[in-house]
Amino acid sequence: MLAFLVRRLVLSAFMIVTLSLIVFVALYAIGDPVALLAPPDATQLERARIAAEMGLDQPLPAQYLRFLHNLFRGDLGRSFVYGIPALQLILERLPATLELALSAMLLALAIGIPLGMYAGLHANRWPDRVISLVAVLGNSLPTFWVGLMLIMVLSVWLGWLPASGRGATRALFGVPFSFVTLDGLRHLALPAANLALFNVALVIRLVRATTREVLPLDYIRFARAKGLRERRVVGVHALKNIMNPVLTVIGLQFGSLVAFAIVTESVFSWPGMGKLIIDSIRILDRPVVVAYLMFILALFIVINLLIEIAYSILDPRIRMRSTVP
Amino acid sequence: MTRYHRLFHALRAVSIACAIALGPPAMAQQGELKLALSAAPTSLDPHFYNISPNLNLAEHIFESLVKMNPDVQPVPGLAKSWKMVDKLTWEFELRPDVRFHDGSLLTTEDVLWSLQRPATIVGSPGNFAVYTKAIVSARAVGTHTIQLTTGQPYPLLLSDLAAIAILSKRATNGLASEDFSNGKGLVGTGPYKFERFVRDDRVELARFDAYWGPRPAWSKVTLRFIPNNAARLAALLAGDVQALDNVPPADLARLRTQPNLTLASKVSYRLIFLYLDAARDRSPYVTDKAGKPLAANPLKDRRVREAISHAIDRQAISDKIMDGLGQPTGNLVPSKLFGYDPALPVPAYNPALSKRLLAQAGYPDGFGITLHTPNNRYVNDDKVAQAIAQMLGRVSIAARVESMPMSVYSARGSKGDFSFGLLGWGAQTGEASSPLRALAACPDAATGFGPFNWLNYCNPRVDALLKQALTTGDDRQRSTLLQQATALVTQDAALVPIHLQVATWAMKKGIHYVPRTDERTHAHEFTAD
Repeated sequence: MLAFLVRRLVLSAFMIVTLSLIVFVALYAIGDPVALLAPPDATQLERARIAAEMGLDQPLPAQYLRFLHNLFRGDLGRSFVYGIPALQLILERLPATLELALSAMLLALAIGIPLGMYAGLHANRWPDRVISLVAVLGNSLPTFWVGLMLIMVLSVWLGWLPASGRGATRALFGVPFSFVTLDGLRHLALPAANLALFNVALVIRLVRATTREVLPLDYIRFARAKGLRERRVVGVHALKNIMNPVLTVIGLQFGSLVAFAIVTESVFSWPGMGKLIIDSIRILDRPVVVAYLMFILALFIVINLLIEIAYSILDPRIRMRSTVP
Repeated sequence: MTRYHRLFHALRAVSIACAIALGPPAMAQQGELKLALSAAPTSLDPHFYNISPNLNLAEHIFESLVKMNPDVQPVPGLAKSWKMVDKLTWEFELRPDVRFHDGSLLTTEDVLWSLQRPATIVGSPGNFAVYTKAIVSARAVGTHTIQLTTGQPYPLLLSDLAAIAILSKRATNGLASEDFSNGKGLVGTGPYKFERFVRDDRVELARFDAYWGPRPAWSKVTLRFIPNNAARLAALLAGDVQALDNVPPADLARLRTQPNLTLASKVSYRLIFLYLDAARDRSPYVTDKAGKPLAANPLKDRRVREAISHAIDRQAISDKIMDGLGQPTGNLVPSKLFGYDPALPVPAYNPALSKRLLAQAGYPDGFGITLHTPNNRYVNDDKVAQAIAQMLGRVSIAARVESMPMSVYSARGSKGDFSFGLLGWGAQTGEASSPLRALAACPDAATGFGPFNWLNYCNPRVDALLKQALTTGDDRQRSTLLQQATALVTQDAALVPIHLQVATWAMKKGIHYVPRTDERTHAHEFTAD
């Protein structure tokens, strides 16, 4: 287990450094941040001062080495635009994005698992057909369009829910969250539903397929033969085995939800990380772009690790090994 | 990404059309104003970064000695009056009894502190020291009077001072810029007090009851930052906000027919223009019609440049591409600003004249050229460029448009990569000296002239007039000098004005706004029936 972790960490560090180099070179090739950042009134001397203060007057290798040097001291650099540490900027947005992604995930599970199991248990009858159709639609409709439709119907026409922004927040363990207030929940509802859509469809299809695979297996038949009630057979014995692949996919999906909530965040003006990265790319705020991508990469690495650990707990046959047999 | 965008726009148009047809249900509560703004401030320190979203927010909380009225003309702010003691020294009389939000009185010490602070800010991507560096000494004479001395006669001092927020020395002494984002130091004299800030999402403000000026209509103000056009509009239609800035041009026509909305618009100081390579003997993107490079650069000939200007139907661009949000112009600034010359007409659309001029210059069959443009910076920037290219085609100049994001465009443009380009310029100082200095003066790092004169257009007579104007205190004289310089530049047609953008706001019926040429959105300038 320990060797496994160490190997993982070394590999991860290597990936993070490689990624930072790619981003660095790419952003360097695109353009000159000072030309974009400097206010129009700034003179040539002022521009030179800005470039020097941000280290942009140095050649690329020197800039990159300085970045690595700071990185080893735990400093990811300061945003050019905001003038505060890039990591702080990202962490400020993290609760909003995490909250959105988590809500979407829970919604997807709460809706997707029962519907998927129902469809799987009643395969090829009309409820299954309806549910499967919904799943296909959910998978193929563009997120932003559904988002706009939600806004149009529920906010603009009916006036039930607010169209945009994050509502009142309250601090929970020092971090502001909006699901603890009614106003916050009202604001959260539409974007969470919008972001959940794709995953609801995914979970339905996955659970339906797994249910159909599991049902004919011996242990289910044995449980039935023992005379257990159907609810227990399905709800405990089958569900346990269904959860395994669901967990894997959901874990991976959670990473993407966090990383790519950008569309939903933009349609609903949700002040999360996705908006930040787009703005930062547009204005070549290199420290933020680099820090963000490295953060997301680290997030994926951690999630994968957690999934593997959870795996071994759910299914004792799987053991973490330092070498692949 | 482009496919995604096209789809997005099409679907968005449909959904907004439906939304408008059905109309919004709710009105917000009285006494509170919620505004949706298209750009978010990056810092709450009003001396950190000189860009308009930051200034826009700061102007709610802080005030300056001199303010700009909606036509970008200097009017008294915290200084109730000023006069010149001699050619170099200005004397400002502060308003008595101005209180900060913490109850303390405004003193000369706060003013002096605020004038020296911009030069001490570190890590700024563009600080305000450009507006204070002309001042060589500042001192208090008496309890409510300060004297500022400049190194040479400097008529732009008033507009420069309009950009410098006056902070409370006691509240901000020793604070770093990033401390402001926690609400520290946000002790101003303005009509609104700071309450809450969620980065990139909103700022909440409360009316300051001891404000010296007119009492604003709203006891509470929320500024929401919604850059996405569709989302901003949806927020207004859903009743989340009562007003927004930067109405998406594509939705303008439909919004005009909405009975429960009001629109406000005003010509902005943002000029959209073309620049041409009048300096180099060979220019990289000028070719013959087959695409082979030309030995000589036709753009060096003034007749060719004039021909290009007369080939452009500015009114058609304004009507068809800009939905009326562009005011055709032959000037560099709108009519209320210093240096506007009423004698300079909008260049006539005259393809026959264009063809004649081209023939005279030795290009009866035209030539090929690439027009470079940003595609995410100005209203419809790449569409305007496309229209111009088509119009040039009619006078047998085969123009090709190459558009790119501003991040790429500015880096290449400033290196002189282009032959022919489209750009915009906002005359922040309220005078034609701003575009003249940046766009038309011979580039010179020592004087700070010509940082955006990317193709090195150089006319010593323009420089001489500009230099003289920048040291002429008399407003009439200065305006005349700026007019003369503008006339020289536009007659040279190295810089071809197309239109001034028109800034727009939309709000619920019953709410009113006096629109501003500087595109600012001030909650305290909204009123209700």
